[in-house]
Amino acid sequence: MDFSFTDEQSMLRDTVASYLSDNYSFDARRAALKAEPGWRPEVWKAFADELGILGAAFSEEQGGLGGGPTENMIVMEECGKALVVEPYLGTVVIGGGFLKHGKPAGADDLIGKIVAGEVIIGFAYGEPQARYTWQDLKTTAKKDGAGYVLNGHKAVVIGAPYATHLIVTARTGGSQREANGVSVFIVDRNAKGVTTRDYPTVDGFRASEVYFENVSVPAEALIGSEGAALPLVEKVIDEAIAATCAEACGVLTRLHEGTLDYTKQRKQFGQPISQFQVLQHRMVDMFIQVEQSVSMTYMAHIKLGESDVERAKAISAAKVQIGKACKFVGQNAIQLHGGMGMTDEMAIGHYFKRATMIEGAFGSTDHHLARYEGLSLGKAA
Amino acid sequence: MNLDFSPEDVAFREEARSFIAENYPQILRDKAARNEDLTKEDYLSWHRILAKKGWSVPSWPKEFGGCDWTPTQKYIWSEEQARADTIGILPFGVAMLAPVVYTFGTPEQKAKFLPDIRDGNIWWCQGYSEPGAGSDLASLKTKAERVTGDDGKEYYIVNGQKTWTTLGQHADWGFFLVRTDPDSKPQAGISFLLIDMKSPGIEVRRITTLEGGHEVNDVFLDNVKVPVENRIFHENQGWTCAKALLAHERSGIAGVARSKRGLERVREIASTEQSDMGGPLLADPFFKRKVAELEIDLTALEFTELRTLAGESSGKGPGPESSILKIKGTEIQQRLNELALEAVGHYGAPYMRDLGHNHGVGPVYADGLAGDYFNGRKTSIYGGSNEIQRNIIAKMVLGLG
Repeated sequence: MDFSFTDEQSMLRDTVASYLSDNYSFDARRAALKAEPGWRPEVWKAFADELGILGAAFSEEQGGLGGGPTENMIVMEECGKALVVEPYLGTVVIGGGFLKHGKPAGADDLIGKIVAGEVIIGFAYGEPQARYTWQDLKTTAKKDGAGYVLNGHKAVVIGAPYATHLIVTARTGGSQREANGVSVFIVDRNAKGVTTRDYPTVDGFRASEVYFENVSVPAEALIGSEGAALPLVEKVIDEAIAATCAEACGVLTRLHEGTLDYTKQRKQFGQPISQFQVLQHRMVDMFIQVEQSVSMTYMAHIKLGESDVERAKAISAAKVQIGKACKFVGQNAIQLHGGMGMTDEMAIGHYFKRATMIEGAFGSTDHHLARYEGLSLGKAA
Repeated sequence: MNLDFSPEDVAFREEARSFIAENYPQILRDKAARNEDLTKEDYLSWHRILAKKGWSVPSWPKEFGGCDWTPTQKYIWSEEQARADTIGILPFGVAMLAPVVYTFGTPEQKAKFLPDIRDGNIWWCQGYSEPGAGSDLASLKTKAERVTGDDGKEYYIVNGQKTWTTLGQHADWGFFLVRTDPDSKPQAGISFLLIDMKSPGIEVRRITTLEGGHEVNDVFLDNVKVPVENRIFHENQGWTCAKALLAHERSGIAGVARSKRGLERVREIASTEQSDMGGPLLADPFFKRKVAELEIDLTALEFTELRTLAGESSGKGPGPESSILKIKGTEIQQRLNELALEAVGHYGAPYMRDLGHNHGVGPVYADGLAGDYFNGRKTSIYGGSNEIQRNIIAKMVLGLG
C-alpha cells in the first residue's frame, strides 16, 4: 500500500500549479470567457509546448511520459483550483481513454497530435431523452459500404464549438435502450452534415447541441467493436468521473479556503465573524467534506484498474461523496460570504457554479447511489 | 499510489490470522456466544497472550516493546482482529497513559510502569472528568496539596471527585489530573499523578448506564496520600501531558475495521429480516439506501485513515485529515447501531440482559442491539465531545478564533 507521489508526479503538480498561478488569474479567466472564442488557445499551446503536460498520462510508446490515472488526477485537481476551462478532460482523459483502450486504427497518430496540442476532442454521448443512461441512444450509425452514416442529435457537448474531433456514441443495432448495439466513432468536427448550435454553460465552458445529418464516416472511424462498445464507454466515463472528482477536489479546496479567508476578514458585531462558533463548526464540517472527497478521489484512481464491477463501485462511491460535498461546501461557502457571495465579481460564486455542475456531471448523486446499491447490495427488488 | 500488498504483507496477514485462530481464548468466544459479561481476568487474558507474542503494544517506540510495523501491517492487524471478532486491548494503559510516560516520564518511571502496561499486569483507569469539569476539563477542582510525611518524604494529599471512570471497578492504578496550584490560570495549575487505587481514602461507586451496564464509575478521593515520585512531568504542567495525548495515535480512533465488521452484521440481519413488502429487508429501497450510504461513508473514512497512516510512516506525522477521524468514526458507529436496531423491528424491545442467548424470545441476533445503540451514544461524547473536536479543528487546523 502506498499513498505517496513520485518525484515526477510532484514536479508535474508544481509545474501546472505555478503556470496557472502566473497565467490563469480569476480576472484573466473572466475576461477570456466573456470574449470570443470563450477559451484561450494560447493556454492550451502552453500546456502542450511550454509545460509538456498533455502527454503525462500516455505511455512512452505512444509519445507520452509514461504516466496514467494519477497524472490525470494531479492535472485535473490543479485545473479545478483555477477553474480551467481548456479541454483537458474531453481531450486527454476521455479522448485519450478511448484511443488507449479502444485502439482504433490511427490511434497512435491521434495521440501524438493530442500530446502536441493539435487535436481537441469533444465527447458527444448525451442525448436529450437519455439523462444518465449511456446506452439510451436514438443516434444511429448505419452501415454504408465499408463505412457508416450517422444521424442524430447529441446534447450539451462540452468543448464542441472549438473541437477538432468528436467522439460519438451511436446505435449500430438493437433497440433504443438496449446494451447491445452500442458503437463509438471518432468524427471530424467539420465533416459534412455536422451542424452545431453553440452556447456558453453556466460554469464558463462553451458547449453545443450537435446534429448529425447523413454524416459519412469511414470504417476506421469505429472505436472498439461494432455493437459491443458499451463496456468501453462505461470504462472511459468512469475514468472521466474519477478525473472530475479530482477537479472537484481543487474546486472544493478553493471554496473552503476562500471561506476561511473571508470570515477572518469580515467584521460584524465588532469582531471577525470567524470568531463565532456556529460559523466555525460549519467550516469544520466543510473541511470534513473536503478531506473525505480527497480520500475518495485517491480511492477512485487507485481502483480504476480493477475488475469492471469493483471499478464501477469505487467510482460511484466516490461520485456520491463528491456530489454531496459539492452541494454542502458550495452552498455554505456562499452562505458564509453573505451578500458578497451573491456577486459575480467575487471568485467564490464561480467556484460554486462549477461545483454545482460537477454534482450533475456524468450522473447525479442519486444516480450513482443507485448504481452503487445495485453493484454492492443487488438490484432493486 | 497503489493498494498492493507485498509478499511480506501477505505473509504477515497469514501469520496474524493463524495466530489469532490458534491462540484466542475459547472462553472469550463462549462468553460472547452466551452474551455474558467479561471478568477482569477475561479482559486481561488476551492482552497477556499478545504480550507473550510481543504484539500487545505495536505502536509504541521499539525500545519499550513496540513492533515497528509499517502502516500496512497496522492496517492488516486491525482488520484481522475485527474479522475474528476478538475483544480489543483496553486503551487506558496502552494507548492513553503509556505515551505520556514514555514522552514525559523519568527513566525510573518508564522502568517502573511501562513493562507492566505492556504485559497486561496492571489495570489502569483514567481520572480526568469531574462533575463540574466535562468539556471544560481545565476547570477541574480535585485538589492535591504537597506535604512532608512523618517519614520525611514528600507527598500529595488528594481530595475531590472524579467521574465517568470507565471500568474503574477493576482498576489497580489510575492516572489523574489534579489541581496543585489553585491561584494560577486553570490550565497552568494542573499536575499529572499516578495513584494506586488501593490507597486508603479511595472509593469507587458504580454508575449504571442507560442499557443497564456497569461500565463507568464515580471515584471519590478523601485525603489520599500519593508519593511525589508518582507525578509525571513537572508540577503544574500536567496539562501539557493531557494535551499531548490528544495528538498521539490518531489512527485506530476511527474504528474502521470494527465498523466494517459491524456493517457485515447489519447486512446479515437485514438479509434475514423481512420487509413490509415481503422479501428481505435488505431489498427494501429505503433501508437499502441507508446501508449503501453508510458503506460509502465508511469507505471514505477508511481511505482517510489510510492517508493518515501513510503520513505517519513517511515521518511527516499525521496530517490535518487525521483530526476528522474521531468525529466521522463515531458518527458511523452510531449509524450502524441505529440500523441494526431498526432492522430487528419488534425484537429491539425485550430487555433480556444477563439471561444469555437462550431465553427463547426473538432471534438471537436481536439480543442487546438496543443496549448497543443506547450505549453507543457515548462515543460522540467521550474523549472530547464531537463539538469540542470541532472547536479543536477550528482552532488548531483551520486557524479560526
